[in-house]
Amino acid sequence: MVTSVPDPSQKHQRREHGLMLALVSPALLVILLLIVLPVGWLAWQSIYHDGFTLENYRRVFTEDIYWRSFALTFEISLAVTLIALLLGYPVAYLANSVPKGWSILILSLVVLPFWTSVLVRAYAWLALLQRTGVINQFLRYLDVISEPLALVHNTFGTVVATVHILLPFMVLPLYATMQKIPGDLMQAGASLGASPSLTFARVFLPLSLPGVLAGCTMVFVLCLGFYITPELLGGGRTVMVSMLVSRNVELYNQFGAASAVAVVLLLGVLLIFAIVSRFISLDRILGQK
Amino acid sequence: MTMKQNLGLGCALLGAIGLTTAADAAEQITFVSQGGAYQQAQTVAILDPSAKKLGITINQDSIPDAWPAIKTQVGSGKPIWDVVDTPTGYCLRGGEQGLIEKLDFSKIPNAAAMPEAYRSPYSVSYEFYSSVLAFSQKTFPKDAPNSWADFWDVKKFPGRRALRNHPIATLEAALMADGVAPDKLYPLDVDRAFKKLEEIKPNITVWWTSGAQSAQLLNDGEVDMEMAWNGRVSAVAKEGAKVTFTYNQGILQSTSLCILKGAPNLDTAVKFLNEAVDPVHQANLPLNIDYGPGNPKAFETSVIKPERAAQLPSEPANAAKQALMSYAWWSSPAGEAAEKRWASFMQK
Repeated sequence: MVTSVPDPSQKHQRREHGLMLALVSPALLVILLLIVLPVGWLAWQSIYHDGFTLENYRRVFTEDIYWRSFALTFEISLAVTLIALLLGYPVAYLANSVPKGWSILILSLVVLPFWTSVLVRAYAWLALLQRTGVINQFLRYLDVISEPLALVHNTFGTVVATVHILLPFMVLPLYATMQKIPGDLMQAGASLGASPSLTFARVFLPLSLPGVLAGCTMVFVLCLGFYITPELLGGGRTVMVSMLVSRNVELYNQFGAASAVAVVLLLGVLLIFAIVSRFISLDRILGQK
Repeated sequence: MTMKQNLGLGCALLGAIGLTTAADAAEQITFVSQGGAYQQAQTVAILDPSAKKLGITINQDSIPDAWPAIKTQVGSGKPIWDVVDTPTGYCLRGGEQGLIEKLDFSKIPNAAAMPEAYRSPYSVSYEFYSSVLAFSQKTFPKDAPNSWADFWDVKKFPGRRALRNHPIATLEAALMADGVAPDKLYPLDVDRAFKKLEEIKPNITVWWTSGAQSAQLLNDGEVDMEMAWNGRVSAVAKEGAKVTFTYNQGILQSTSLCILKGAPNLDTAVKFLNEAVDPVHQANLPLNIDYGPGNPKAFETSVIKPERAAQLPSEPANAAKQALMSYAWWSSPAGEAAEKRWASFMQK
């Protein structure tokens, strides 16, 4: 007959788990009070207004302005992600291959704009891109163009400024991933007679793909919710989903209409994360491990 | 909707602190406006003199957009504000939804003496501004556009254009461009207005969303003509930009005073309302800021000099050239439908 003897190590482990839980509980409480409850309350308002109603969702799924906005938002996010990748990859690669001091300098330059307000940066782009802006005046001075180019108050201006703001979110995960690729592998490739471009294409690039996926997901998802750049630089025509949210508050004078849009966007983001997490651990995107 | 600068939440918080520390005067009210230079101007011209004359304490609060606060305060059953200065449309909508007190004009003789179009059962006009046709004098040194029909005429007046990304006043301008007389606009022919807007849409460079943006567009020469609020254009002109505007076919808009339903100091609030639209106090407002008095009688006092009066949107001769906005129409179901239609117009 076997009597169950309590395993002391198991007991210890349980106590440790309890302690851990107690330690994180203040943080959990803050998240609960400041994020879960308000967001839950907003979501509740989207289906409850003097009784249950799906009116807000009916509108989102049947009126074509919502589809246009969601489609435009995805197009812009895709464009921003691709451009950020093309610009960010070489920067991260450079930061990874130069001596430590230089890489710190490069990364500081990447992160530096973080300390400037998004609003200020959007206005700076306005000063650069508008008809009487620096770029148009310079091009006219060089006689490259006779009429100013329409660089802003449209989707183009929105994309440019958004790429600028989101670029660090691409460079940092890329750099973190590249850092972990052992340099020996490249040397091994070279010693076996592969040209530098071949070692890059066959060894380095595939190994950096998790970073590419992490950076792209980060930039894409953040871009989906962008508000300031399309509002200031979109000329009124570039209506992204976040602007639809704010406009719905004004139009319908109740939060439900707006929160239905927000809930649909949130579900879209969660779906993206769910799909991406099949290929790469989410820790890697969010924690940049 | 807020065209005035505002100090936002900070001011609202200060106001709330002011509330609790205010001396226990015999009578007091809490007055709410939109903050910034605009509220400061009122304090000098209207609020302080009114408080002195009535022997009451006026506690001030400010908020850029009063509507959500009105809803929650009255909804809670215990509002803390008494009198609110807010775009007239909100007073009317609030009145319909039982959030705003109906006014007894026998107790407000100063308002009763105002033209009927300047008040509603729930509100009294407090100050006027105008959505005007503004243009660059660099692009149009002479033969400048002078009507909405000119604004729509891209052949005769080539140049880049901006309109506000909002149906209010924009639909009115479209109808005037299509030949409707300024005093025959309401009820708006919404289909006709949107059809006319489709016509100009390809030529609109920017649909602006904030007053600051409209000023920047004009100041930087980003557009050659646009619809803008008169105070914004005159501010840019004062800074030295070669821009000006015409009151011809402007759309005269107002903010109004109204009293929250179940306001804690209802009787004093009514007394204040009467005092606030007193012609002399009202005449002092435009000496402090570029907005016109809500009470046209202010122009009959000798406080406003004729040169100054001629610059103001509600000066009788200027007002006669403009269309007076019907907030009653905009808060009607047809008006609300037109507002919703705007979103799909913009995205097509």
